Amino acid sequence: MLYVAIESIVEYYVITSLGQAAINAATFVGSRTAGTLDAVCATLGVVLTSFLIISLISFILKAFQESRAVQYAFMGIRAGVLALILKAVYTMFMATKKHAVSYVIMAAALVLTAFLKIDAVFVIIGCAVFGLVWSLLFRKEDKL
Amino acid sequence: MIWIELFLTFLKIGTFTFGGGYAMLPLIQSEVEHHGWLTQAEVVDFIAVSESTPGPLAINMATFVGIRTGGVFGAVCATLGVVLPSFAIILIVARFYERFRKSCAVDGVMYGLRPAVIGLIGAAFLSVGMTVFFPNGLKNSVFSGAGFWLSPGIFALGAVLAFKKLHPIAIIGISAVIGIIAGYALGL
Repeated sequence: MLYVAIESIVEYYVITSLGQAAINAATFVGSRTAGTLDAVCATLGVVLTSFLIISLISFILKAFQESRAVQYAFMGIRAGVLALILKAVYTMFMATKKHAVSYVIMAAALVLTAFLKIDAVFVIIGCAVFGLVWSLLFRKEDKL
Repeated sequence: MIWIELFLTFLKIGTFTFGGGYAMLPLIQSEVEHHGWLTQAEVVDFIAVSESTPGPLAINMATFVGIRTGGVFGAVCATLGVVLPSFAIILIVARFYERFRKSCAVDGVMYGLRPAVIGLIGAAFLSVGMTVFFPNGLKNSVFSGAGFWLSPGIFALGAVLAFKKLHPIAIIGISAVIGIIAGYALGL
């Protein structure tokens, strides 16, 4: 059972990452090993833990949000989070195949969302359609 | 009706989030701002909390926004909304795994999406940067007054530590401690 689970997780990472990784892994392992009901259980397991912890923290933060120490802490934390986001961009950038088309898509997505304030949903749909059309018409390299 | 609104909003966010938690930031930012649920600074605080607690960033963010705006049941609605699309998609993928893996259409879509996600997180970086360095608009940056070096300093230190692969929780903890010490010392 455990072996199947580990094998499925490895398999899962082979396929392209759609949606939120942890939920996906839980759902995927559950449904590959035992069926839909187990997929529901595996997913619930992941969700419930987060749910309880976050609810608790939310109440604690609410109680102390007027405290100066907490406000100072979050002032520092915001700058720290910015660094974490920078690291996330860098890591994903390094993991992507870089060629002219991918640079154009990256730049377009950045400019459209950050400067032209286009809804991210439309940017995502647009890039997906563009990728599909470009792939089918012009792309020769590293196709399946 | 806040609960239905929370559910539908996070259903939308869950549907269009590709490639992990940070990719959902631009969506979360624009949605909560559009609904007037949170300020941009609160969004950044929530990222920090979600990043420091176990469980996926997406679920933690949904629960947090939900509980703040609609109480415990609001959190249930938001969490359900963000989970459902992934759940449905992966159930389908698991069933048609072989066909999915070899599909030219899926491959083409991902060819466009992977770089797009990087651009989107880049956009999130810029807008969070605005919140951190210019909390009160462009004219009132943190680059003036007693806290001149504080936020840029913590950001620079955090970036160095992040690239040295220090755990995100440790970076958030260090940032908090520096914030508290500097806050009291400088009397901000």
